[in-house]
Amino acid sequence: MDIVVCVKQVPEVKDVDLRINKEGTDINNRDDLVMTINEWDNYAVEEAVRLKDAHGGTVTLITIGDEDAEDVLRRGLAMGADHAILIDDEEFKGSDAQGIATGLYEVLKDLEFDLVLTGVQSFDDGWGQVGVILAELMNLPYATLVVGIDVQEKGLIIHRELESNTLEKVKLSQPALLTIQTGINTPRYVSIMGIRKVRNIEIEETDANELNLPVDQIGLEGSCISVRTLSLPPAGRAEMLTGSLDTVCETVADIIRKKGGIS
Amino acid sequence: MPEIFVITEHRKGKFRDVTFEMLALADKIASANDCSVTAVLLTDHAYGLAEELKSACDCVLIAEDPALGNYSADEYLAVLEKIIAQKNPLLTLVGNTAMGMDLAPAMSTRFSIPCVSDCVNVEISDNASLKLERQIYGGKINACLLMKPSSKYIATVRAGTFPADRDRGKNAKIENFPVPAFDNLGKRQFIEYIEEITEDVDITAADILVSVGRGIGKPENIALAQEFADAIGATVSCSRPVADKGWLPKSRQVGTSGKTVKPKIYIALGISGAFQHQAGMKNAETIIAVNKDPNAPIFNIAHYGIVMDMFQFLPKITEKFKQEK
Ligand SMILES: Cc1cc2nc3c(=O)[nH]c(=O)nc-3n(C[C@H](O)[C@H](O)[C@H](O)COP(=O)(O)OP(=O)(O)OC[C@H]3O[C@@H](n4cnc5c(N)ncnc54)[C@H](O)[C@@H]3O)c2cc1C
Repeated sequence: MDIVVCVKQVPEVKDVDLRINKEGTDINNRDDLVMTINEWDNYAVEEAVRLKDAHGGTVTLITIGDEDAEDVLRRGLAMGADHAILIDDEEFKGSDAQGIATGLYEVLKDLEFDLVLTGVQSFDDGWGQVGVILAELMNLPYATLVVGIDVQEKGLIIHRELESNTLEKVKLSQPALLTIQTGINTPRYVSIMGIRKVRNIEIEETDANELNLPVDQIGLEGSCISVRTLSLPPAGRAEMLTGSLDTVCETVADIIRKKGGIS
Repeated sequence: MPEIFVITEHRKGKFRDVTFEMLALADKIASANDCSVTAVLLTDHAYGLAEELKSACDCVLIAEDPALGNYSADEYLAVLEKIIAQKNPLLTLVGNTAMGMDLAPAMSTRFSIPCVSDCVNVEISDNASLKLERQIYGGKINACLLMKPSSKYIATVRAGTFPADRDRGKNAKIENFPVPAFDNLGKRQFIEYIEEITEDVDITAADILVSVGRGIGKPENIALAQEFADAIGATVSCSRPVADKGWLPKSRQVGTSGKTVKPKIYIALGISGAFQHQAGMKNAETIIAVNKDPNAPIFNIAHYGIVMDMFQFLPKITEKFKQEK
């Protein structure tokens, strides 16, 4: 089974004091942020490698990013992927989901595959649209929020995750596209040694010009958004408890006794 | 008069709350802009469901067919394509739910209508463009978006953002839409719903929950939270990553894809407070959050916040209760 996985590099922002520039157009400490693989995509790469191990075939990774995005590709190769393609993001800056999917489509349409995987959503922008748009552009059957894949002789039996502790079982013909939800597997650990071992695998590089993508379909020009203004959320309602460790814990203990009816 | 369409969502003959939340939002936008609100109902059995919608919108547009009993992307898209081409709604609202995340991006591409997802507010701006509010970076930043002018728009709406009041003092007319023949489908077939049943403790019945997030770091540390929970007679619950990694059973997960809890006290340890988590616990009577990050979104809904490493907090607070015994 030949599988293509679309991955993305995103900044790690937990524990980071995010600031916004004066114009409100972007985060101003972007260059200081540590980049990492989008959580959902990590599960997608793991799932692809497991399917390859079980059924044979190859795994190809595609990302749209800058030269640093090579890191997510190397990481995926270390997990067991065979090939990697980097689409330079220069012309894609400011793209909406449609623009990103269009770029991926231009590469995907010339590849042979049985299955395409993406993450459910990316952590940074959280549009959660790229996978489904890509399926539509390719005219592939698709399923989102996938937490289980069973490969059958004819097609796939898929478990989708719905709200309220419910799964939906659907059948898809192949080739198909799936957007992968966290928890579908336990992604393997990637060591520095592992990444070193794949450093000689060549990464194929391309860009919007080479793909003959009209500029009015991607980037800011192709986006459905005209203005984006960022702001920090207003301060929350929480009463912040400060003081020494002992004082804080004493106050919390009092709250628990009072509100919880514990004596 | 421009129309706002709401794609209603139901499962096993019952509406999901997001349907009425979207109708409330649609009504708000409609009153400000002189629009009418149409609830679009795709079903195999409209009787009853249509009645429930009547007081919340101006028109209930029904597409009834045996193939529309359970949500299935191919059939929904085939019917909606016809409906939207014929009726030309200015704005179509879809839930940012397991159904809407599956449906809306495909509607956008197939019908060539721009779509913005996971909105917490939607307005029509002066120049008939759409203005949207959403959150990025896991709720740490708000983004206000203005869309380029278009004849139609799609927005998906975050569940739990608007009140789900069913009675908006309206009396909708009912219209039936002829369902087209389904040709060339069958690439994706609905089989069944599976409800996950577990025999673990019921976290929804607990008075106090000690809830751990990814900040717990490793499975061995769960014992520290358990010890604290034991000392105050609480139950241990968790956020999604902890269940995803198998450190606690899925039945302990709080949130949209886990359980909705309403304990007397909810103590969130190392949980950032993503909206999918908040949706499951924001109605707890008292919320206490401990997080290293002073900007963690959990502090926006907690009653008491403590910026601290939980590994300092846990042994000390446990000791306070152990001393008493
Ligand atoms: C369709 C869908 C459904 C979802 N359903 C759910 C759901 O039901 N429930 C759910 O929880 N999530 C759900 N999620 C995932 C959700 O978006 C978040 O990814 C998740 O809630 C994050 O969990 P967390 O807060 O534990 O982890 P993180 O966001 O990684 O936060 C960890 C926090 O711990 C803090 N921390 C780290 N170390 C320490 C320490 N030593 N002391 C104190 N604080 C520390 C950090 O500052 C950070 O704020 C869903 C996502 C999707 C797309």
